[in-house]
Amino acid sequence: MGLETDQPFLTVSMNKVVNWARKNSLWPATFGLACCAIEMMASTDSRYDLARFGSEAFRASPRQADLMIVSGRVCKKMAPVLRQVYDQMPDPKWVIAMGDCASNGGVFNNYAVVQGVDQIVPVDIYVPGCPPSPDALIHAIMQLQEKIDQERFSQRY
Amino acid sequence: MQNSDLMSERSTTFPAGIEVERQHDPDTGADTMTINMGPSHPSTHGVLRLVLELDGENVVRCTPHIGYLHTGIEKTMENLSYYKALVLTDREDYLSNLCNNLAYSLAVEQLVDVVIPEKSQVLRVLLNELERIASHMLWLGTHALDIGAMSVFFYTWQDRDLILEIKEHMSGVRTKTSWICPGGLRGDMPSGWYERVESFLNQFPKRMEMYEGLLSNNPIWLERTRGVGVLTPQDALDAGLTGPSLRASGVAWDLRKSNPYSGYEQYEFDIAVGQYGDVLDRYRVRMEELRQSYEICRQAMKRALAMPGAPVRTNDRKIAPPPKAELDTSMEALIHHFKLFTEGYHPPVGEALGVVEGPRGEKAYYVISDGSNRPYRVRIKGPSFYNLQALPKMCEGRLVADVVAMIGSIDIVLGDIDR
Amino acid sequence: MVDADVRLGLSGSDLAIRNKTFHSALTMTPGTLDGISHRFLSVVNEHGLQESVVDFQNCNGIPSFTVTPDVIEAFLRIAKENSSYDLLSDCFGVDRLAFSTAHRFEVVYSLYSIQHSDRIIVRVALALDQPCPTAAGIYPATVWPEREIYDMFGVEFTGHPDLRRILMPDDWVGHPLRKDFPLGGEEVEFSHNVREQESK
Ligand code: SF4
Repeated sequence: MGLETDQPFLTVSMNKVVNWARKNSLWPATFGLACCAIEMMASTDSRYDLARFGSEAFRASPRQADLMIVSGRVCKKMAPVLRQVYDQMPDPKWVIAMGDCASNGGVFNNYAVVQGVDQIVPVDIYVPGCPPSPDALIHAIMQLQEKIDQERFSQRY
Repeated sequence: MQNSDLMSERSTTFPAGIEVERQHDPDTGADTMTINMGPSHPSTHGVLRLVLELDGENVVRCTPHIGYLHTGIEKTMENLSYYKALVLTDREDYLSNLCNNLAYSLAVEQLVDVVIPEKSQVLRVLLNELERIASHMLWLGTHALDIGAMSVFFYTWQDRDLILEIKEHMSGVRTKTSWICPGGLRGDMPSGWYERVESFLNQFPKRMEMYEGLLSNNPIWLERTRGVGVLTPQDALDAGLTGPSLRASGVAWDLRKSNPYSGYEQYEFDIAVGQYGDVLDRYRVRMEELRQSYEICRQAMKRALAMPGAPVRTNDRKIAPPPKAELDTSMEALIHHFKLFTEGYHPPVGEALGVVEGPRGEKAYYVISDGSNRPYRVRIKGPSFYNLQALPKMCEGRLVADVVAMIGSIDIVLGDIDR
Repeated sequence: MVDADVRLGLSGSDLAIRNKTFHSALTMTPGTLDGISHRFLSVVNEHGLQESVVDFQNCNGIPSFTVTPDVIEAFLRIAKENSSYDLLSDCFGVDRLAFSTAHRFEVVYSLYSIQHSDRIIVRVALALDQPCPTAAGIYPATVWPEREIYDMFGVEFTGHPDLRRILMPDDWVGHPLRKDFPLGGEEVEFSHNVREQESK
């Protein structure tokens, strides 16, 4: 610690400080699809207040987001759109599959629904539930923060 | 026409994002521009995609493209037994779950010809009206958010969350309860439930006053909504509009009054009718509907509380499961329970229509039975599907900034449109 | 791929019941108009169209008239203009593959009269690949539902202003709501030998 200079400074590993910055300002892209999106909105409202965890700033443009919460069933017509939104997001980026439908198709094992969004984009956290309650989504975001903390920052750039 | 055709061709390859195409018409000298809005857009209430042809700030043509949430619910229901198919009704129009449950249950009850007890009728009405309040709360919050009034959203969600907690109290889930089922209700209300509803209702009129205070006389709000997106009664009927959006155009038609179901004829309430058919009128009609729903809730509460311990499910063990206590003592109950949940029941060959007035309009389930334990065909009439058809008519000639106000005012739910 | 029944978690006994009920073709006897009185029927009689009603059913209180495609436009027109069925409540298709009917598809128009608070159903009986005249000129609200029927059942509507797929992607092959279209989806784990186990 450089206590001798009059300009105080702190030495800390690069990994730690970058991860600290990344994990505490996860900005999700608004990607509401179906019923789960309603619970996603509920998690940002005044009762659940996702802002406490630094993730309330939902961005309409994927260019400004680094977390994609796939909230709802992805049907085959929507799949290319989803992939394109993901591709438009700048690195580093993470994906949460919210709800049974996004995780594995849920109750809709049929011709129209993609059986799990992990067939299209890499998923970091799966949230079970139909729909998961806002608490579950907040828990998922906290889990993701823990995950980010353990990453090597240079692996994602 | 050519323009939007060109656009839709290009847009299938690059569906997301915004693309701009300029077009110069040498005959009229007009410069138009075709832009793509959605399907991933915060103001389209889901995954709606609009292709707008603009002349400056004015919309020349608007072409909605839907199907980005097509889930195959009708086909999946055909492959499930009648009792199991109920859970999919929750997931179709996800803001009016209990209304969907009721419409489907009404259709199936006609097919199997079962009479349900009085108390379940009363609770069905109560739950439906609570659902309507919750749905309109979400509509109000997001509609105001689209137009630019951010804070309303935070207040309405508090009220909506209270209703979701009421639902959670009775069933354990916040939204998709499937609580109304063919044959009555899943179960009676647990202790403390009525008190919770009571306390919600007690604070509700004050909240309504607050919302009115925030918006009704707000000059910005009036400026953005008055005279915008006008639909004449004939336009509305031609597009097949139903529900509050139709009533705002001055057609006084509410299924709760004209073809009462579940005993709505015993309740005293008025239906709100608009005059001009613009966005402001649609707002006013829904605000009045909230107050009327509150009145119905009060009356239904009084009735329900006067019937403590009355059955909420039919006694027909072929249609509804026996009470839990009976399962421990009676072999027959066990067999009925097993049969119901594995095989289900076999309604006779026939067709039935269950229709309710949902928060967005006429919600209908048309169920065709072929005598087996699964519906042969289930048709879900989503009111939003028809309501959205009126959007191009409303948009044309208006400013592009008003398009979001019009989408909000017809209160579409994409799950209802695409099913 | 395991068939839809097994994937949906049905046990062997379920399947046995299903086979029994599903594979006996359902015979439907066409109903007649004799002894029926309804305000729409008198209008039909006035216009001399009662001959073209091939089937009449009472669908739990809603009268349902089945007609042939050539008269459907006339039928809907008198419903709208002479009997005040001013609101198109719904329009959808039905695939009658499992029934022993002469036709394969039905296009169902469910009409509502706000003035009289009642409802009728008018349906068109269609063979496979038989086109149906559009009703968009009479009830403009049918534009989208007819596109949906085209998408889901493959019924062509002649004279339709904008006949494209509406719900499925443009390059989709097949018509999902037809009864011979498989439900699709994925195989559920540990269900690969359900059929074999059953036959033991
Ligand atoms: S998981 Fe359930 S709540 Fe979420 S989108 Fe699927 S059906 Fe809707």
